[in-house]
Amino acid sequence: MGGARVSRLFGRPALGPLACLAMAALLAQLTALALGSVSLGPGELLDVLAGGGEALHRTLVLELRLPRALAAFGTGALLALAGALMQILLRNPLADPYVLGLSGGASVAALLAMLAGLGATLVGGAAFAGALASTLIVFGLAHGGGSWTPTRLLLTGVVMASGWGAMITFLLAVSPVERLPGMLYWLMGDLAYAGSPWPVLATAAAGLAVVLPLGRTLNVLARGGLQAAALGVAVRPLEWTLYLLASFITAMAVTTAGSVGFVGLMVPHMLRLRLGNDQRLILPASLLAGGTLLTLADTLARTLIAPQQLPVGVITALIGVPTFLYLLQRSQR
Amino acid sequence: MTGPAAKGPEGKGLAATGLEARGLVIDVPGRPDGRALDLAIEPGQRWGVLGPNGAGKTTLLHTLAGLRPPRAGEVSLDGTPLARRRRRELARHLGVVFQERHDDFPATVRETALIGRHPFLSPWRQEGPEDYARAEAALERLELSHLAERELATLSGGERQRVSLATVLTQAPRFWLADEPTNHLDLHHQVAIMTLLAEQAERGRGVIMCLHDLNLAARWCSHLLLLYPDGEACWGPAEAMLAPDALERLYDQTLTCVEVDGALVFVPRKSVCAR
Repeated sequence: MGGARVSRLFGRPALGPLACLAMAALLAQLTALALGSVSLGPGELLDVLAGGGEALHRTLVLELRLPRALAAFGTGALLALAGALMQILLRNPLADPYVLGLSGGASVAALLAMLAGLGATLVGGAAFAGALASTLIVFGLAHGGGSWTPTRLLLTGVVMASGWGAMITFLLAVSPVERLPGMLYWLMGDLAYAGSPWPVLATAAAGLAVVLPLGRTLNVLARGGLQAAALGVAVRPLEWTLYLLASFITAMAVTTAGSVGFVGLMVPHMLRLRLGNDQRLILPASLLAGGTLLTLADTLARTLIAPQQLPVGVITALIGVPTFLYLLQRSQR
Repeated sequence: MTGPAAKGPEGKGLAATGLEARGLVIDVPGRPDGRALDLAIEPGQRWGVLGPNGAGKTTLLHTLAGLRPPRAGEVSLDGTPLARRRRRELARHLGVVFQERHDDFPATVRETALIGRHPFLSPWRQEGPEDYARAEAALERLELSHLAERELATLSGGERQRVSLATVLTQAPRFWLADEPTNHLDLHHQVAIMTLLAEQAERGRGVIMCLHDLNLAARWCSHLLLLYPDGEACWGPAEAMLAPDALERLYDQTLTCVEVDGALVFVPRKSVCAR
């Protein structure tokens, strides 16, 4: 069954898959709100959401769980969107938001802030600054030679990433033991200190608004730079736009939750196996599916061995790897 | 037809509606400039570019399409240099069939034909019934209708080649720049593609194609450009260019030339006899 695609966007909006994903996102949010140290039944949850319910439940759901669930959704959405954009930019389905060293720069800055004993907000700010610094360094180095190709950008980024990797290991090695758990959680991705969900949600909405009109152009770019140029795409400006946009939204995600792995690589890839590669469908679908995956993963991370919490990055990999392998198997039939 | 505008060895006037190269030196790294090209590809003409591997055929085609800058000289479309036109506007006039393609992401045959409409649609516009009709007609013309839903990855080399041609046919440019359009094709489809390109020329489109098959070139091209590996070049109407000694020098290969059905046919001699 070669043509097992769910739907095709051309001609009419592919509302089917997007409606399913939106429904899944909503269910994931409700699940995240209901589960925890005190679990609520559907009736109790509805009471709270309708403005009633017990005071304890109201505090739990509206003040503790809702911001975190929304932050998880926004972060996952950003990572998946950034991954989809990086894959098109580098014409490589195996690219992820961190492939150009962005998370490395963020991590080094965040670990330094932790070593200095700064609070969560300042650690987030340091991560954002580190991510942007790394982006600008890679941008400058790849741009410098004049002739520029996705391969050159990829190589520059990968080399920078391994440099950051060494610095991370160095920082871990010289850090006092009592700080190590916090650092390791940050490196694996952790939503416990996410703070307000609105920055990531707003960035996700703005990011989608910027890339959706570019959808068909990105479809053409996916066929290669020369082919895209021959079909009227101004390739170079588009590529820099993609790079800076993907970097910025990744930096926002990393600032909120540390470097959560897997979502940015696998979500767009999984969706492509089912939905094809029309960016006008894949980009919004990635946003919804990435948000859903991270919401569920974070719910598991804080309930699986409660009261202890796991780094959410561990869960995304544990859910994602078998799901991905299963889809890959099926698509090869 | 004299005056400063008249150029080119054929002495024809400057084409107001044509793809024209003036003093063009293509940028092949590490090669001396050689002879600058003065070509005018006019509507209805079918140009063939012949030359051994590495002579710069693909580079020339990409330079004529404005996809890479020349070392010297310039290419203009309807009298305006390509560098002064926007990419999107050029894509409405120039269609390129590439030799290499990058199918890193999944796509169906129909989607691939449909991207030929990209230069004609504004960013927010979805492809409409008319765009679909053009893509379907192109697939039909290239005998690909039955494969419309297939993934590119499942196609044979020849089928994939025809999909590339279908994309340009959907694009319906005024000038076709085709890099070895008969690559990977069986005999029937080679003739079908050359017929298609000849048909395009009859409808007033200009065609320039890189070819490796001398006999296809002899049979289907109205003009020929011979590119030598050292940057030398000569060009003109096909019948004047099909001199066996020039072709033997071009390919460093001795040839036997016979006339069949009023057309010249070239057959390589065995190298044992050649030296």
